[in-house]
Amino acid sequence: MEDLVAGLLAGKVRSLAKAITIVENDLPGKREILQSVYPKTGRAYLLGITGPPGAGKSTLTDKIIAHLRAAGKSVGVIAVDPSSPFSGGAILGDRIRMQQHALDDGVFIRSMATRSHLGGLAKNTVDVIHLFDAAGKDVIIIETVGVGQDEVDIVRIAQTTVVVMVPGLGDSVQISKAGVMEIADLFAVNKADRDGADKLVNELRAMLEMVKAEVKPEIFRTVATDGVGITELVEGIFAHGKRVEESGLVAEKRSLQAENELKAYIYDMIMERITGLDSYRAVVRQVAAKELTPMSGVEQLFTGLGMAKEEENAEED
Amino acid sequence: MSKKIKVLIAKPGLDGHDRGAKVVSRALRDAGMEVIYTGIRQTPEQIVATAIQEDVDSIGLSCLSGAHNKLFPKVVDLLREKGADDVLVFGGGIIPDEDIPGLKQAGIAAIFLPGASTEETIEFIRQNVKSV
Repeated sequence: MEDLVAGLLAGKVRSLAKAITIVENDLPGKREILQSVYPKTGRAYLLGITGPPGAGKSTLTDKIIAHLRAAGKSVGVIAVDPSSPFSGGAILGDRIRMQQHALDDGVFIRSMATRSHLGGLAKNTVDVIHLFDAAGKDVIIIETVGVGQDEVDIVRIAQTTVVVMVPGLGDSVQISKAGVMEIADLFAVNKADRDGADKLVNELRAMLEMVKAEVKPEIFRTVATDGVGITELVEGIFAHGKRVEESGLVAEKRSLQAENELKAYIYDMIMERITGLDSYRAVVRQVAAKELTPMSGVEQLFTGLGMAKEEENAEED
Repeated sequence: MSKKIKVLIAKPGLDGHDRGAKVVSRALRDAGMEVIYTGIRQTPEQIVATAIQEDVDSIGLSCLSGAHNKLFPKVVDLLREKGADDVLVFGGGIIPDEDIPGLKQAGIAAIFLPGASTEETIEFIRQNVKSV
């Protein structure tokens, strides 16, 4: 693993690719890799691209990459696509729109399948972000799966989130619904050459009028396939990034991200420990037979883990 | 939990007939594999760079324009150059029988011609990918 991590930190493509495989698939060596890599993270700028299926996220990402490269930034891309709930397989078809960058050493694109994880991302996306970060990528673009209304994981991870929308997917009531509409730092109305683009922009503006915030998300019109509006969008992204850094919000966001990551590990580790207890199956049986309520069952298991609540310990004194 | 098999389906050269590649991609997906499809008009260099970034277990090359004798071995050579020769390479498309021995010699592990079943391809990949 040491060689792999050394190679990754030195910017070797194959090392990074292999490390991602280990981390993504929870293979042996994952813990070692992440422990070594974590102290070297925190430099990269995280940009989220989200929106409904077919909105043009990948095509837009392709154009954004070109602009970032022209500005001298190295880019890592995580492109997420859904896994089949039936076969568990997936077709990862985002990078097909980004292949102009396949031979650019400054761009590393990795496709990930959701593998039934909900929320718009894959379960180990954050771990993969850490690897890209440690490997020295200036900007990491995370393109979520085509999301519906409430897959908002991305907002807890990215410093700037762009919500890509297309004309014709609903009316003003639709726009007012909670979820994805609330997480945008910028809106990109893509396929803006189509009927309904003006209407969508107006409805967005009307919705944003009711938002109580000092700075409201800007709305950009783009035609990603033709490269129209991309310069303005990228400028808007940089401007948002600058505001975030200057406002001190970065520290707050980092703290939230760290806590979310910690919680995810807490959940996984406790679940593993508890279900590994000898008493676990017995408790399951007792709960099924109504001899124990689920809550009492958990309390018993916690005692088994040496994690009884503090008041109970105090009583024993 | 065993690792999912990751396959790159790629069309090298200028051939635009992609139905076969899409059918195979779909079949592999339905067999539980994760398939990266990079579309038409890829150079061998692009294909190999993609395969390495995505750390795929296998590459399926599709060519119906007759350029397979040049392009398929080129992919294998580039993989070797980059130290990625544990990737299983197979191919399909319009390939004359007499070309197959040469392709196998060059390192393409199998050729699936029109009429081959997707089950054959799936089984071949399962049996022959380098296990973790």
